[in-house]
Amino acid sequence: MNADFKQVRDTLVVRISGELDMLVADQLRQAIDQRLDTASIRTLVLNLEKVTFIDSSGLGVIIGRYKKVSAQQGRMYIVGACASVEKILHFSGINKLVPLYRSEKDVVNN
Amino acid sequence: MLSTIKGRWTSPGLEMRMNVKNYVRFEFSSLPENVSFARSCVGAFASQLECTLEDIEEIKLVVSEAVSNSIIHGYNNDPSQKIEVMVSIFDNGSLEIIVKDFGKGIEDIEQAMQPTYSSNPTHMGLGFTFMRSFMDEMEVLSEPGKGTSVRLQRHFPSQGHQAMA
Repeated sequence: MNADFKQVRDTLVVRISGELDMLVADQLRQAIDQRLDTASIRTLVLNLEKVTFIDSSGLGVIIGRYKKVSAQQGRMYIVGACASVEKILHFSGINKLVPLYRSEKDVVNN
Repeated sequence: MLSTIKGRWTSPGLEMRMNVKNYVRFEFSSLPENVSFARSCVGAFASQLECTLEDIEEIKLVVSEAVSNSIIHGYNNDPSQKIEVMVSIFDNGSLEIIVKDFGKGIEDIEQAMQPTYSSNPTHMGLGFTFMRSFMDEMEVLSEPGKGTSVRLQRHFPSQGHQAMA
């Protein structure tokens, strides 16, 4: 798993690659929270284009970040999830909390 | 969908199984690194069945959930313990996966299976929900202080002579 961070004003974009399971869940959680805690982020975008696998540990990280961002009156989006990852997101109901978009551009346009 | 819950952890006759066409059995340390090893292994083994890539993805997911549960809940993340996985393909084409740990066990299995991920995102309930949803059968055998064994089965009716039925 690898995560690249890009911040533009109050928007944090996290581009994640690899497999999101219990091995990397804590590491990803801490890396995102560190940035949420230090910068005044109003919009969090998780780019999952290069995520090839996600299980409930990975979903836990997403749900936890959603709660954190919501508590700060911010918004969160997921972009670029491949079919197999998107299925799991739908199955868990996360898509009802966090809108899914095709690309980062689609988020900006909406 | 059949989902049975039993209190006893010891599963009888693990080695003496009828109608097994092929099987793989392996054990590994309860390290988070091995979760992806376990799911990849089972996914590779299952690919000899006539199933779709989507099926393989679902199988990998349920293995990931079962093994993660063993590490997190069975062993409280103690990496020095042992997890066993046994995968069998039966003559009728069904796939059976058994994930077994020797950890603290589950006191209340029904409660553990509740999808209460909203109160605790990493709670095992969501993992059980995936296992139950993506497999045709799920059986959890657990004994406090001894361990937990999760048996998952999925039928692939297009296999072998079943396809003629």
